[in-house]
Amino acid sequence: MLFENLAQQILLGLHIPDGFLSVPVSALWWILTIAALAVAVRQVDGLSERQIPLMGVMAAFIFAGQMLNFPIPGGTSGHLLGGALAALLLGPWAASLVMACVVALQALLFQDGGLLVLGANIFNMGIATAFVGWWVGTALLRAFGGQRWGLVAAGFVAGWVSLMVAAILTSVQLVLSGLSAAIVFPAMLGVHAVIGIGEGLITAAALAFVVATRPDLASTLTGSLGTDAARRGVGRGALAGITGVGLAIAAGLALLSPLASGDPDGLERVAEDQGFLERAQDPAYNVLPDYTIPGLDGPISTIVAGIVGLLIVFAIAYGVTLLLRGNKAETPR
Amino acid sequence: MLDLAEPHTDQPAPTVAMLELRGLHYTYPDGTPALRGVSLRVCAGEKVALVGPNGAGKSTLLLHLNGVLRAPEGAVLVDGAPVADTTIRQVRARVGLVFQDPDDQLFSPTVFDDVAFGPLHMGLGEAEVRERVARALAQVGMAGFERRMPHHMSLGQRKRVAIATVLAMDPALLALDEPSAGLDPRARRGLVQLLRDLPQAMIVSTHDMRLVAEVFPRMVVLAEGQVAYDGPSAPFLADSALLERYGLERP
Amino acid sequence: MTLAPSALDRYIDSKSPVHALDARVKLLLTLACILALGLLPPGAWAGIATIATILWWAVLRARIGLGLVMRRAFVALPFALVALTLVFSRPGVPLLRLPLGPLTLTATDAGLIAFASVLVKSWLSVQAALLLTATTHFTDVLHALRALRLPAVLVAILSFAYRYLFVLVDEAQRMLRARECRSAELPGQRPGGSIVWRATVVGQMVGTLFLRSYERSERIYVAMLSRGYSGELRALHHRPLSRREQGLLFVGGGILAAIVFLTYVAGGGPR
Repeated sequence: MLFENLAQQILLGLHIPDGFLSVPVSALWWILTIAALAVAVRQVDGLSERQIPLMGVMAAFIFAGQMLNFPIPGGTSGHLLGGALAALLLGPWAASLVMACVVALQALLFQDGGLLVLGANIFNMGIATAFVGWWVGTALLRAFGGQRWGLVAAGFVAGWVSLMVAAILTSVQLVLSGLSAAIVFPAMLGVHAVIGIGEGLITAAALAFVVATRPDLASTLTGSLGTDAARRGVGRGALAGITGVGLAIAAGLALLSPLASGDPDGLERVAEDQGFLERAQDPAYNVLPDYTIPGLDGPISTIVAGIVGLLIVFAIAYGVTLLLRGNKAETPR
Repeated sequence: MLDLAEPHTDQPAPTVAMLELRGLHYTYPDGTPALRGVSLRVCAGEKVALVGPNGAGKSTLLLHLNGVLRAPEGAVLVDGAPVADTTIRQVRARVGLVFQDPDDQLFSPTVFDDVAFGPLHMGLGEAEVRERVARALAQVGMAGFERRMPHHMSLGQRKRVAIATVLAMDPALLALDEPSAGLDPRARRGLVQLLRDLPQAMIVSTHDMRLVAEVFPRMVVLAEGQVAYDGPSAPFLADSALLERYGLERP
Repeated sequence: MTLAPSALDRYIDSKSPVHALDARVKLLLTLACILALGLLPPGAWAGIATIATILWWAVLRARIGLGLVMRRAFVALPFALVALTLVFSRPGVPLLRLPLGPLTLTATDAGLIAFASVLVKSWLSVQAALLLTATTHFTDVLHALRALRLPAVLVAILSFAYRYLFVLVDEAQRMLRARECRSAELPGQRPGGSIVWRATVVGQMVGTLFLRSYERSERIYVAMLSRGYSGELRALHHRPLSRREQGLLFVGGGILAAIVFLTYVAGGGPR
């Protein structure tokens, strides 16, 4: 029973169990999660009462959708976390609430993820994936000018990036709780860079299917492309702020933690650990860029690992967006 | 349009109909016409079967009875008063609508919560709510299932609870969509008994001609959005040519 | 993530003092227990053992198989792989050197203690959550959450999600079965197309499930309207906690707080 589905256990890599995060780290992300959900609830309260049954059924849909998978060579399978998909279909607010319910149900009903760490899990898998997925997806769609292939590409990148951000946040929290950054970052990011491909492909295909079958239902997405919609959400700015603060705190603490621990002995082993990992790793890890900088000492290497891990995804997404915007500016529509 | 309507002699005929439809027209948002001038009167305690092929407009008609859908042309009168924004809450307490799929009707995690939903939203006090839930569940023979989850019950049980959810609102008219669809023979027999026993007026859409013969003295045949027949069931069900014309089966 | 019925499910309707306890009390005590475990520093075996004893006593009082709970609590085990690095990254007395080609890994006593602590605390936390799940109907947990001031909107969404979880999982499983029935393999042929193609198939299944779910939510909304819903969520009032239940909360919370406090006094704080 324990190892019957390897892929589900890899996905469990994002469902942190109790005991792995320190109490202050858990508390910090509870605060961020409560703040974000409070904003989201207020946003949804302003919408119609129609939204409540919709979001409940959507949470059940995401839960069930996570069971749909496809085999990947190497004994694992590709499947969905769903945050980016939910955001692109329902908007980031509703999606945050929907995903929060999914993650909470998994913890309360099936012990997938702990209770004390539920705040962190909701933030990583619910709020961050929904918001980052929405941000990346709509930015790319706008850059691609609403083409069909653009929808597929935007869905893919949004799915992949959202999963990477969730993996980064999870890693940051684990590192803040005392685990070795040199192991956690490459391991989590490596595994999820691969799993993220499945996430991206399914998100893109599902999105394309829905837009083709019921274009009226994708109005949240297509409506966001209008210029007025960009200015509409003051609250969206608030959620962006909270997500930003969460990421900033994560980055700051990740940066400081190796210095603050004042533990040279442990840090000297980072290089060894890195080597250990290289040996033990799945072939999949080779896809991943090496997060330690050769020739640098342990502490600096760890810090660099943290920063690079956090920024690389944003850099790629932002760069692509800028490039495409630049291209589009030259060609009048 | 064929008109075989005959006056009912076996039913008492009150002067104000419990439910009256006058020249109802409705078109789906995509432009397909669904109802094309439907008129109908149902008196208190009367049991009416609504039959006709899929797409004839049966479900659409039922959705008009409690104002979920509003026809742009024609009127729905409940107790002589037209359905409008000001009367909608009373209308929904008078007309209990039960959907075909109990998984749509039963949206709460437990039977109790679901049956209590209507009374709670009518603004009743806690004691009254609990009393109505107990009474409604007893009426459909589902007392003792309060804490059960709908998902863990059989289709027949879920259909009974679905009926209880509107009985708890104490309606004068029940509008049921395909109540016998998918039931096994025993559950179906239980349903027939239940429909016979309930004192409320009923308008029940169905493809089940045996059910019509067993429970409903009057039937309304809907074809292409219009009333093709409105009258006693027995002669219609005995007429093979008529049954054939509307794609219905002999009971 | 599996919805296979758990062996613990059959305990949900049994009778015991733990089952009879109000869901609010159980929920708060469960959280307090997990919090206390989280606050204990690595190697605080006395404190961990005391909490474990209380927890197992509660499991036995609930007349649930202790072995079953312990086995089921291993769900978090794969995550321990991440924590394994603690063994080699904590400073302390070297216990074991593993030569791996050009480099050597050194396991330390402090590392081993940190690793073991995380594992045991995680394992016990899952047991506490399992005890709650096995003795409390989820609908009671929902009512408890509402009584504990979780916003009504969230509780309502959770209720709908819980109600339709099983309906939609059934639909998803029917889809997977239908795909399986059409997935044949010919000898000597590479099965099943490219990964992108397979992912597209799953994506379309997800899209189909979304549309069905969306349409279902529309029907549910109509069913709610038909029964007087006007946007306001109403529920019966919650009875206040009895004095006995309040007492239990304070005693339980007090004992857990005392365990944590005494551990810190005795050990001079976390390392």
